[in-house]
Amino acid sequence: MSETDSAGNGPMVEARGVVRTFRRGRTAVPVLRGLDLRIADGEFLSLMGPSGSGKSTLLNLVAGLDRPNEGEVVVGGAPIHRLSERRLAAWRARNIGFVFQFSNLLAGLTAEKNVALPLLLTSFSGAERKRRVAIALEIVGLSDRARHRPRELSGGEQQRVGIARALVNDPALLVCDEPTGDLDRKTSGEILDLLAALNREQGKTILMVTHDPEAAARGSRTLHMLDGQLSATAEAEAVVA
Amino acid sequence: MRIASFLRQCQAVTAYNLSTVWQRRAVSAVAVFGIAAVAGVLVAVLSMATGFRAVVAGQARDDVAVVLRGGLTSETSSILDREDIQVLEVAPGVARGAGGTLVSPELFVVIDRQKIGVGTDANVPLRGVEDAAYEVRGNIEIVEGRRFEPGRNEVIVGVGAAASFEGLNLGERIDVGRASWEVVGHFSAGGGVSESEIWTDNRVLQQLYQRGNSFNSALVRLSDADAFEDFRDAIENDPRVNLSTMTQTTYLAEQSAVIEVFISVLGWFVVALMSVGAVFAALNTMYAAVSTRAREIGTLRALGFNRLPVMVSVVTESLAFAAIGSVLGGGASWLLFDGFRAATLNWASFSQVAFAFRVTPDLLAQAIVLSLGIGAIGGFLPAVSAVRGSVVATLREQ
Repeated sequence: MSETDSAGNGPMVEARGVVRTFRRGRTAVPVLRGLDLRIADGEFLSLMGPSGSGKSTLLNLVAGLDRPNEGEVVVGGAPIHRLSERRLAAWRARNIGFVFQFSNLLAGLTAEKNVALPLLLTSFSGAERKRRVAIALEIVGLSDRARHRPRELSGGEQQRVGIARALVNDPALLVCDEPTGDLDRKTSGEILDLLAALNREQGKTILMVTHDPEAAARGSRTLHMLDGQLSATAEAEAVVA
Repeated sequence: MRIASFLRQCQAVTAYNLSTVWQRRAVSAVAVFGIAAVAGVLVAVLSMATGFRAVVAGQARDDVAVVLRGGLTSETSSILDREDIQVLEVAPGVARGAGGTLVSPELFVVIDRQKIGVGTDANVPLRGVEDAAYEVRGNIEIVEGRRFEPGRNEVIVGVGAAASFEGLNLGERIDVGRASWEVVGHFSAGGGVSESEIWTDNRVLQQLYQRGNSFNSALVRLSDADAFEDFRDAIENDPRVNLSTMTQTTYLAEQSAVIEVFISVLGWFVVALMSVGAVFAALNTMYAAVSTRAREIGTLRALGFNRLPVMVSVVTESLAFAAIGSVLGGGASWLLFDGFRAATLNWASFSQVAFAFRVTPDLLAQAIVLSLGIGAIGGFLPAVSAVRGSVVATLREQ
């Protein structure tokens, strides 16, 4: 099955014939079976599906955390399926902003030092790094919490710091793995508002995996996954339900 | 650029790891104290060997020759007679002092004395000497009392022996068989092995032990160290006598070698066993550290950090524990044992040698190197395990 965007922009992500199979002992477990995906530049794509359907596997491939057994993954024009592990790490540092479900902040670092982590992989000067951290924290509305450690922040604030960390290198693509999965409804709404604003005002392309239909509805398009295949409708999930 | 980025990554991850050690202080302390114990035992045991060597061989001179019966290496079984001594007095290279040639014929026996604080008897060397003995050695100093008077039942006691054995204070008497000697002086010998001995007049000792006019050995002071070869050639090739000689440095090094090797081998054996335990303690600590930070490590790698800086940070943390442990252990040993006085059997003479443990910079350096080795092994395997899995798998770990 092939998916195309509806926005009419050039592709930010293009996956063709992607196969990803994991091994469980001697058994090969196919998760993605010849999947095609296209995400336009500036699109906010929500990805839904039951557990084990392959949505996180797809997100990991697009983010350069994993490589396909077969097929091609081109992100921002870069054929990342061909990159070595070391080059892939460098590519992620420059091009991808990660937003994790549990924010994944380093507990011993302050908010500003957490945000600054990706900048350690760049050649920016100390002053430039400080400037970028300040801007990122300002975007997420946490300038006054820069010196606080994660345990001194609420769950929503921690996730905002996580988003600031994802933004600080000014990547074109944000990949969000259930960014509201650990938050209450009100806080989830605030985080989704922030992501929507980043997409709308800064033109960030966003790929978001979620179980929450309301969260998915904030995207410009929603795709559903079942058994390693994509669908534009919720029928697949309805079958499972 | 790439190196700068690598160094920045190493610095950032390592600094972060070290900043969280306090949160893992209990398990970290196990590794630190395990390594400290190894370093402490290593320093303590080897300081014994170092102290023993310093006493036995530390004051040895290359311009003093030890003369024994031909083919023998220890004075306990050697016999020289007066004619042998007369040959030595006219040998080439022998130095002259105020009283004539510097040749010191000496008689060596052992007597039983009770060890202070232990209560058991031990062999103490009792050496018969003449006036030349002082000048030949050149480092004998009466620190209390006076010298014994020739022909009288008087002794002087080395400060090491006086501190290690009962009844050797000034004015006390030593009863051996029918004889009774009064302690009239204490002497130092620059920290050398003579400080473990009791000295009396040669002739008095010869009479008591019915040795006639014989001796066990002779010490000969040479004009300089270069004179030794001519001196040796002369007496070992003289058809009138059957003598062999070596420098005092060689003689005392051989005397101390057996026990020094014994202590060192035993010490390293114990240390090796303890090191195995310390490696496991360090492994346990670092595996725990890596395990509790698995998701953080996964996050760093997802952000673009490479495997190597993560490994470097884990090994660095382990090395830091090792360095702290070595300083604690080595420092504790230095405080507890440096200068600690003990006496042990010198197997070459079957008599006690009093010595002080010596903690030297060299020993501390050995302890630090060993500790860092333990730290490196204890950190390397957990470092490999920290980055072995894929980023995705590491991110899933709790």
